[in-house]
Amino acid sequence: MDQVIAARAQMGTSLAFHIVFAALGVGLPLLVLIAEGVWLRTGRRAYYDLARTWSKGMAILFAVGAVSGTILSFELGLLWPTFMRYAGALIGLPFSLEGFAFFIEAIFIGLYLYGWDRLSPRAHWWCGVPIAVSGAVSAGFVTLANAWMNMPIGFRIDHGRIVDVQPLVAMFSPPWLVEVLHATIAAYVLTGFGAAGVCAFALLRGSADHRREQVRAGLTIAMVVASIAIPLQWIVGDLIARFDADNEPAKFAAAEALFHTQRGAPITIGGIVGADGVRYAIEIPAGLSLLVAFNPNAEVRGLDTVPRDERPPVAIVHLSFDAMVGTASLLLLIAVGWVITALRRRAPARPLVAAIALGAPLALIALEAGWFVTEFGRQPWIAHGLLRTGDAVTPAPGIALQFYAFSLLYVVLAVTCWWLLRRVGDHPLSEEQPREVAT
Amino acid sequence: MSPATGAAGVTLVAIALYAVFGGADFGGGVWDLLASGPRARQQRATITHAIGPVWEAHHVWLIFALVTLFTCFPPAYADIAAQLNAPLTLALLGIVLRGAAFVFRNFGEDVPALAQGWTVVFGAASIIAPFFLGDAVGAIAAGDYAWTSPFALSVGLFAVALCAQVAAVFLVRETREGALQDDFRRRAVAATLAVWVLGALPTVLAWRTVPQLISALHDPAAQVAVVLAFVFGLVVLALVVTGSDLAARIAVGAEVVAVLGGWFGGQAPAVVPGRWTLATAAAPDATLTAYLIAAAIGSVLLIPAMLLLYTVFKGPGADLGGS
Repeated sequence: MDQVIAARAQMGTSLAFHIVFAALGVGLPLLVLIAEGVWLRTGRRAYYDLARTWSKGMAILFAVGAVSGTILSFELGLLWPTFMRYAGALIGLPFSLEGFAFFIEAIFIGLYLYGWDRLSPRAHWWCGVPIAVSGAVSAGFVTLANAWMNMPIGFRIDHGRIVDVQPLVAMFSPPWLVEVLHATIAAYVLTGFGAAGVCAFALLRGSADHRREQVRAGLTIAMVVASIAIPLQWIVGDLIARFDADNEPAKFAAAEALFHTQRGAPITIGGIVGADGVRYAIEIPAGLSLLVAFNPNAEVRGLDTVPRDERPPVAIVHLSFDAMVGTASLLLLIAVGWVITALRRRAPARPLVAAIALGAPLALIALEAGWFVTEFGRQPWIAHGLLRTGDAVTPAPGIALQFYAFSLLYVVLAVTCWWLLRRVGDHPLSEEQPREVAT
Repeated sequence: MSPATGAAGVTLVAIALYAVFGGADFGGGVWDLLASGPRARQQRATITHAIGPVWEAHHVWLIFALVTLFTCFPPAYADIAAQLNAPLTLALLGIVLRGAAFVFRNFGEDVPALAQGWTVVFGAASIIAPFFLGDAVGAIAAGDYAWTSPFALSVGLFAVALCAQVAAVFLVRETREGALQDDFRRRAVAATLAVWVLGALPTVLAWRTVPQLISALHDPAAQVAVVLAFVFGLVVLALVVTGSDLAARIAVGAEVVAVLGGWFGGQAPAVVPGRWTLATAAAPDATLTAYLIAAAIGSVLLIPAMLLLYTVFKGPGADLGGS
């Protein structure tokens, strides 16, 4: 296997694996806090049981997220030492701040998971708050580094050397706000639809009859979060697409499979992407111009404005983009269906429950596809315009072997995780008893 | 103090805290693997109970040290990562499997086959991780990145022994049951002896194969640190045997810090002897200053949070495991 391909495969697999746990690590604490909070306010036992069940899942997911995140922080250097040599001083600051956020998260997750019987119920609930906050904050910090890779700023090149380094400028590269919002909301979309999907699946199977109230409560809380997150994500997604059209034209043109700069550019959905065009795609005439500039005759830059050797792989970026938008559309429909039912104060009918169950894998696809768009869309650059991915790779031998070893590790971790989470969901809580709430 | 010195100081503090607390958690895994005798089950329960709430927080010291290194000394970090790719990848596998296995076996404890399998992985990974981290430290200290050299490998063994010693001393106070405490006391004594033997080994090997390292030990700071490390080891023995368990914890922490002090003092101001110094490896002052300010602000949040964690789980009145 080619060295660059092996290193990219390893990094990509690691990220695709970790991003799921990272997103759930951001979103789950919020769900648990809501459940525990309802219990504290109402004293309804089902919500206590729900919080306990979810917090067990959180224990497993957070541990796997912590160790798989460690893999990434090592791999930045192990696979891309040249990148780190150039970029360390520029993107180190958000990573350092992320380190502190991770500290807070890890400390309070210890207090929260092991403190059920040791802290007063109120103190325990408050220990969950820093987890939810620092989880979102640390995801934001990491995304700042990614924003810099898309538009590296905060330095000057002098005779091939990076000089005049301004770390605070580098920390807030132009796409920072839209990227941070998009990535953070994605975490709540995944967690909301993921948790709702698990509850819906349990209702469909009828396996949760002994804890029906708990499962219904879980579905409601998760769908509330999902139904707030998904429309917000559509708004931010629109902002990010328009930002990219102006500032990251190569990524945007690849996502939309727009090969030629044109007025009245169409929206291209699906199709078979060739070297210079797309065949068999569904086209919405002038749709892209309308979306980008609110003007059907506006000119949109195509891939022909980008030199051939600086174009991202169009097929994968375009199809990932369509997968993201397609799944996000279905998720929006599911959320609308649920909100209408909930507003009419009805229990969701079986077809809606089935759709919610389907929302979990759809949200997973949306998250991964979105990640594919931004990462493949930046290629062939690791830091756009500054350093090519191929020039950043390690000279160390054995990277292909490492790729196979880590892939195997991820399979083992994923299977074990899945199995343990299913047990957490299926087994009734026996010994857990709430402490008295002081009034 | 220059910003580079300040950043180096933060890195060393992070490494020292990881060595003591992260090391104790790895050592817990070692004793979990070696649990034996009539109270083997209770030994494991004590270890699980002691590590559970704190290992993830301790683990962050490693991430923190890593991030500090690549932010503040990027070319040295890039060089180390490229040259020591193999041992660091092996250490990484150990770190990942240790954490995952610990959680998996705790949540799967009512399925014996699964729990036993992950228990073995937990113990083995707890040896692999500090071994290869120690090995990488040896390869850096020697300045030649020769991670398969007898010297580097012997530093790896020494690191495992240190972790085991710290863990055994810490574990004595994690239970109130006398017989179980004595189990860990015996282990603390044995591990201290192992630390001395395995600490002498790299010294002898360095004498023969890494002469520049021996000349570095002529540095008075390094000499003081090495003598202190040995003296603290004696103190640990005395305190463990006489049952002064809290003082023993402090002494064993001081011993680890002294060992690291010998390493840092011996090679300062080199980051990698013969290749990178603080001056050649340091990031621009703008980055170092921003980093130090961020670290100061972060510490204001971190220190009280860490103290809260220890107060709840390790302070007086915390219920102890193993019974």
